[in-house]
Amino acid sequence: MHTEVRMSTKIDQPAQNIKKAKFKKLLNNYQLYLFLLPALIYFIVFHYFPMYGVIIAFKDFIATKGIMGSPWVGFKHFERFFDSFQFWRLIKNTLGLSVLQLVIGFPLPIILALMMNQIRHEKYKRFVQTVVYAPHFISVVVLAGMIYVFFSNNGLINNFIMMFGGESISFMAKPEWFKPLYIGSGVWQETGWAAIIYLAALAGVSPELHEAAVMDGANKWHRILHVDIPAIMPTAVILLILSVGNIMNIGFEKAYLLQTPLNQPSAEIIPTYVYKMGLQQAQYSFAAAVGLFNAIINLILLVAVNKFAKKLSGQGLW
Amino acid sequence: MGLFAMNKTTRRSKEDKIFDSINIFLVAIMVILVVYPLYFIVIASISNPNLIYEGKVWLLPKDITFEGYQRIFSDSKIWLGYKNSIIYTFVGTLVNVSCTLMAAYALSRRDLYGRNLIMFLFLFTMFFSGGLIPTYLVVKNLGLLNTMWALILPKAVAVWNVIVARTYFQTSIPNELLEAAKMDGCSDAKFFWKIVLPLSKPIVAVMVLFYAVGHWNSYFDALIYLNNEDLYPLQLILRNILIQNEASTQMMSDIDSLAAKQRVSELIKYGVIIVASIPLLVLYPFVQKYFVKGVMIGGIKG
Repeated sequence: MHTEVRMSTKIDQPAQNIKKAKFKKLLNNYQLYLFLLPALIYFIVFHYFPMYGVIIAFKDFIATKGIMGSPWVGFKHFERFFDSFQFWRLIKNTLGLSVLQLVIGFPLPIILALMMNQIRHEKYKRFVQTVVYAPHFISVVVLAGMIYVFFSNNGLINNFIMMFGGESISFMAKPEWFKPLYIGSGVWQETGWAAIIYLAALAGVSPELHEAAVMDGANKWHRILHVDIPAIMPTAVILLILSVGNIMNIGFEKAYLLQTPLNQPSAEIIPTYVYKMGLQQAQYSFAAAVGLFNAIINLILLVAVNKFAKKLSGQGLW
Repeated sequence: MGLFAMNKTTRRSKEDKIFDSINIFLVAIMVILVVYPLYFIVIASISNPNLIYEGKVWLLPKDITFEGYQRIFSDSKIWLGYKNSIIYTFVGTLVNVSCTLMAAYALSRRDLYGRNLIMFLFLFTMFFSGGLIPTYLVVKNLGLLNTMWALILPKAVAVWNVIVARTYFQTSIPNELLEAAKMDGCSDAKFFWKIVLPLSKPIVAVMVLFYAVGHWNSYFDALIYLNNEDLYPLQLILRNILIQNEASTQMMSDIDSLAAKQRVSELIKYGVIIVASIPLLVLYPFVQKYFVKGVMIGGIKG
């Protein structure tokens, strides 16, 4: 702080002095730069090297020749992807899954937070919170395992259906059940956790607002609509931008675990396809091209949504 | 808190009473929906698998048996996976937390020249990445395949956690403290170690927990970077049992009939879910508040 003040008093002195002061500042803080070093190296090696490495999408990658030595092929891999019979199916599955997840998964935490916020009994409230946050900590493997045992032909769900005289459904073998299982398990696992941030925003609402509303004869329902919801709007907008901007980044991990040979037609999404093409079949360049295509669409969406939100509500990520 | 106090003193109208009853009822249903699947796993893991198969186990365990657990605990792969996961979680978290806190502290200092540029470099990786294949090639070229470092180094720092820790440092370490320490000739490293860290125990706890849970639960990095079974973490072993249906032959070598094998394999699945989740389930009630705190600090910034 005080170094800045010192600098500004020197503003009329020759440029050389300013440079010297800057250098001195760097030198004074050398320990802070050392603190930054491990993280900086990490980001360069594991994030910026791969960004450079993505040029193999425009080459025919040959392991022995390395990234530099492999021959350029332009947009060959992209063209192959766009022309493949998989292309539209992958787009449809990826977008379908993530849009559905957004439409269902986005409002639910808000509703849950509004409901939990209305609980007057503190102990009950804390109990509810402890319970609904818990599934967040279950690993994706265990979650998928639970889906398999519950939805197997003689699992909990089918036993329940049969108890009421229904017919057993082979959930894991039917393409049309992949999306509901994926989204439903996500709702079960993450709704409580995602509500935390809205609860925090609701806790920040001034009690006077509520008191004034009560004076004006507002009941709880009115107060939720006109006090609570406006209070969490800014948070909701930011989170909405983030999720729309990540719409193509749908989690690979759960989708891959929930895939069976039979539900493939609706369960294959771009990230799982990249994994199979790239790492299982070693078509590095092709898979890198598909991944790059995905990343660029995502980036475009994020920038667009951010711009749109800024125009609409005056808030954005940057 | 204020809201709660007010509610107590204000008389509720009839409408509000109805509202409250409906609300509590709906919340209770949601709690049941969350708890029941977890509860069912517990009772199913100690019930006779034939009765589960026939749909006769709903609320209480029936015909209690510990066969599943016996078979699980006699399996060497599970133990090896446990051991590996503990090592990876411990070493990984150590690397994560030290890199994250040091970087976050440096970035929290307003007098750090170039901090906006560095922050931008970090943040940009949240929105664009080279993708799976180029990252895999980097790990491969560094010779990390089939070593524990493949699970640790590529995940050394999470940008989001840097933001959370930085926000914490910025808001809870007063600048006067730094100035006073500087007057006394305290170096940055010493100040961080002797003053900042002791004042930041909550954020250290948050970071340790976030990262540790991440390591404990992850399977994907192990799937792509490891093919030596002796190095497999627990989650990958679990995947083989739960999803690939490889309820390892070792666990059921004494059973002949296919039908019986299938039933027992279901029993093992329920048990294995419990065994894998035990560390988190035991710790969760005690550490829950730290997780919530972490989310909230992140939320202020977001």
